Amino acid sequence: MRRGFVPFSKIVIALFLLIISQGTAVAEQPVASEVVAGAASPIGQALLDIKSEDAAVRSAAAALLIEKGDASLLSALDAIRAEADRATRQAIKPVIDLLKNHANLTSDQSDTRRSAAADLVGTGRPEAIVWLEEAAAKEPVWWVKYTMEESAQLLRLRAEDHTVRVVAVKKLGELRSQNGLSALKELVEAGSQSGATDEQRALADAAHASIGQIDAWFWWADAIETFFRGISLSSILLMMSLGLAIVFGLMGVINMAHGELMMIGAYATFVTQQAFIAWVSPEMFDWYFPVALPVAFLAAAAFGWLLEATVVRFLYGRLLETLLATWGVSLILMQAARVYFGDLTAVIAPQALRGGAQVMVGVYLPYNRIFIILLSIVCVLGIYFLLFRSNLGIRVRSVTQNRNMSACLGIPTRKVDSYTFAFASGLAGIAGWALTMVGNVDPGLGQNYIVDAFMVVVTGGVGKLAGTIWASLGIGGLNKLIEPVTGAVYGKVFILVGVILFLQWRPQGLFAAKGRSADA
Amino acid sequence: MPEQMVARQDSRETLSFYVTGLILLLVLPLLNVLTPEDSWLHLSDFRLNQFGKFLCFAILALGLDLIWGYCGVLSMGQGVFFGFGAYCMGMYLALQIGKESVYGSELPDFMVWTQVKELPFFWYPFKSFAGAFLGAILVPVLFATIFGFLAFRSRIKGVYFAIITQALAFAAWLVFNRNETRLGGTNGLTDFKQLLGYRLSDPSTQRGLYIITVLALGAAYLFCRWIVASRAGKVLIAIRDSESRVTFSGYTPWMYKLFVFVVSAGLAGLAGMLYVPQVGIITPAQIGVLPSLEVVIWVAVGGRGTLIGAILGAVAVNYGRSVLTNYFPEAWPFILGGLFVVVVTMFPDGLLGMIRKVTERKQTPAPVIKAEGRTAA
Repeated sequence: MRRGFVPFSKIVIALFLLIISQGTAVAEQPVASEVVAGAASPIGQALLDIKSEDAAVRSAAAALLIEKGDASLLSALDAIRAEADRATRQAIKPVIDLLKNHANLTSDQSDTRRSAAADLVGTGRPEAIVWLEEAAAKEPVWWVKYTMEESAQLLRLRAEDHTVRVVAVKKLGELRSQNGLSALKELVEAGSQSGATDEQRALADAAHASIGQIDAWFWWADAIETFFRGISLSSILLMMSLGLAIVFGLMGVINMAHGELMMIGAYATFVTQQAFIAWVSPEMFDWYFPVALPVAFLAAAAFGWLLEATVVRFLYGRLLETLLATWGVSLILMQAARVYFGDLTAVIAPQALRGGAQVMVGVYLPYNRIFIILLSIVCVLGIYFLLFRSNLGIRVRSVTQNRNMSACLGIPTRKVDSYTFAFASGLAGIAGWALTMVGNVDPGLGQNYIVDAFMVVVTGGVGKLAGTIWASLGIGGLNKLIEPVTGAVYGKVFILVGVILFLQWRPQGLFAAKGRSADA
Repeated sequence: MPEQMVARQDSRETLSFYVTGLILLLVLPLLNVLTPEDSWLHLSDFRLNQFGKFLCFAILALGLDLIWGYCGVLSMGQGVFFGFGAYCMGMYLALQIGKESVYGSELPDFMVWTQVKELPFFWYPFKSFAGAFLGAILVPVLFATIFGFLAFRSRIKGVYFAIITQALAFAAWLVFNRNETRLGGTNGLTDFKQLLGYRLSDPSTQRGLYIITVLALGAAYLFCRWIVASRAGKVLIAIRDSESRVTFSGYTPWMYKLFVFVVSAGLAGLAGMLYVPQVGIITPAQIGVLPSLEVVIWVAVGGRGTLIGAILGAVAVNYGRSVLTNYFPEAWPFILGGLFVVVVTMFPDGLLGMIRKVTERKQTPAPVIKAEGRTAA
C-alpha cells in the first residue's frame, strides 16, 4: 500500500518546491511539469483545497487526505501549515497528527510505535481503528500490541452504533485498560441520570462491570509495584548496612562516615565518567560504568584503610568515641565534596540501564532498580563466600567471636581489622557506584540513607549476616508499604517507633549472639 | 581519688563558680550600660545578646554532660528537647504578636498564608505565659520519660541508644519541617514583638533576659552539682564505669538512667525557652541531627564529666564559631569535623582535662575521667 503512493510523494515534493519557489525568479522546469500532472490527481487537488477559504471544501480535503494520504505528505503539509492562515492550520493539524502516527505505527522503535498508538486515541478519528488493528495483528512486542488494541477499543467507544460500544466497553474491561477508566466512568455517570435511555443504561451496566474488573486488577498491580519498590529500597539499605554491620560486628566500631565512603564511590564513578568523556571515543562511552566499579571499590577501600589507620585504630574499645570521630570525618568529607565538586553532579546511565520492563499491564519495572536488586544479591553472595568459605573469613569470624583468644592462637588481629575495615569501605564504594543510577551525585548522598542503614544494623543485631538481610528487607519493605498511606515523613516516624517497640521485644536485635557475651 | 584532692577540687570549683557568676551577672551588663560606646571596655548590645545565646547553649550542654559525662549514655537527640522548649516559648511569643503581625490577624502570619482559619487546639495552652513556661519544661520531660522508659527498660544502651536518639532527631526534624503540623514549617516561628509587655527589640529587655539566663544557668549548675554529689550521682558514675556491677549490687540502672535522661531533657527545654526570645527565631534547623551533635562536641571540647567543662565548651566553641564564620564561612564544617576527630582521639578530657594536667602534674597524677571501657559497650 505504501509503495503505491511513491509517485504521489514525488509530486508532493515538487509541489512543495513550487510553493517555496513561488515569487523567486527561477522555477525549475521539469518539476513544474510534474506539478501540473499532480494537481489533477485527487491528493494534489486536496493539498490545494485545504488552503481554501470555504470550510466545507477544507474539511472534505482533510478527510480525503486522511483516507488516502500517507507519511510522504507530511513535509508538504508541514510546509503548508508553516505559512497558512489559522483556519487552514486547524484543518491541517489532525491530518498531520493522524498521518504521522499512522506512519509511526510501523516504526522500528517499539517505543515510537507504542506512543503513536496512544496518540491516535487523542485524534478521535474512526479511521485509525483499522490502522491500529492491522498494526496490532503484526506487532511482536506484547506491550505495544496491548496499547494498540486498547487504543482501538477506546476509539470504538466513541462509535455511533450501540452494540459496537457495548463490545468496546467489555473489551476494555478485559484488557484492564487504565486509560479507559475515565471514559467508562463517564458512561456510568450518563447511565445513572434520570433521563437516560435504555441503551445508555445497558452501556452503564457494562461499564460498571468493566470498571470493577480494571480496579481489581490495578489493586494487584499496585501491590506488586509497591512490593518491588520495597525490595529495591531494601537492597540499597542492604548494600549500605552490610559494610556497617561487618565492621560493627568485628570491631564494635560504628562508622558514621560510612555514608561518605559511599559518596566517595559515587564521585569515583562520576570522575571515571568525566575521564571517559575527555579521553575515550563516544561509542565506548557506556563502558565507563563497568570500569567505574573497581575504581569506586578501590577508592573507597583506600580511604577506609586510611581512616582505620589514622583515626579508628586509636579508639578500639571506645565505641562512642569512634562514633564521634567518624562523624567528624564525615563532616569534613561532605564539605570537601561540596567545595570541590559543587552541589550537583549527575552521572549519565549507560544505555542498557535506561528505561524499564513492562512486565504486565500496570506493572513497570525500571532496569536500574532491577540492576540494584541483582547487585545486592551478588554482594550478599560474595560476602557469604568471603566470610564463610575463605581463609580471611574464618579469621574475621574468630576475631568477631573472641578477639583475645584469636590473638593467642596466632591470628594477626590488627591486620584482620585493617583489611576488614578496608573491605567494608569498598562495599560502601560499590553501593555508591550503584546509587549513581537512581539519583544525583551530591555531597548529601550518604546522609539520605544513613539513618535508615543504622536502623537496619540495630534491628538486625550484631555480627549476623542474616540479621542484616532480614532487617533491611523489613525496614525497606515497611517503609514503602506505609509511605503511600502516611506520606514519606510520617512513614519514617512510624519506622522509628516500630524499631523502638521491636527492641522492647528483642533488645539485641533479630539475631542476637547467644551465650555469655550478652553484655558485650 | 584521694579525699583531700576531691575537697581541693571542690573548693576550687566553688571559687571559680562565684567568680565567673559575678563576672557574668554584674560585670558584663555593667560594661554594657555604664561605659561609653567608644570605650574599649564597652560591650555592645549585640555582644551581650550573643553571650546570652551562648549561655543558653551552656545550659543545654550541662544537661548532656549530666547524662553523657556522668552516666555514660550518649544522647544524640538533645536538639529535639531543646526544640520542644524553644517551640513552646515560640508559640507563646507568636501569639503575643497579635494585631501587630504583617496581615493584621490575631493568628500568626504563617497560618494566614497556609490558610489556617482557626487556632489549632494545641496552641491554646500557649496563650498564657504560665502555659508556655510549664510547657517548655514539661513537654520535653514528658517526652523524654516515655522515650527513655521504652529505651532504657529494654536495656538499649551504648551505641544502640546513640543511634536511636539520632533517628529521633532526624524524625523530629522531618516532622517539624511539615506545614501540616501547624508549627510554621521550614520557616519556623519568628518576628516576635513582645514578652509580658516588654518590647523584645528594646536593649533593656534583652539585658533583662541575659540576666535571667545567667541566673538560670547558675541554678542549673547548682542543681546538677547537687545531683552529682548525691548518692544517686555516685550510682550514675558507677553505671558509667561498669553497668553490670551496679546491676549485680542490687541497683536498677535503667531507673537512674531514665531519671538523668529526663533531667537533661528538662534542662534542654529550659535552654530552648530562654533561647527563643533572645534570638528571635526558632526553625527546624535548630532541631536536626547536626545541631544535636554539636552539643556533644561542646561537651567533648570542654571536658566531659566536669560540669564547668560543659559550660566552658559550649561558650568557647560557639564563640569560636561566631568569629570564624565571619572570616571563613566555608571552613566551619572542616573545623567542626576536625574538632570532633582531634578532641576525641587526642584530648578525651577536653580543655579542662588539659588545664588540670598542666596545673596538677607536680603533685598528683591527673584525675583522668575514664571513658567507658570495653565491657560497658
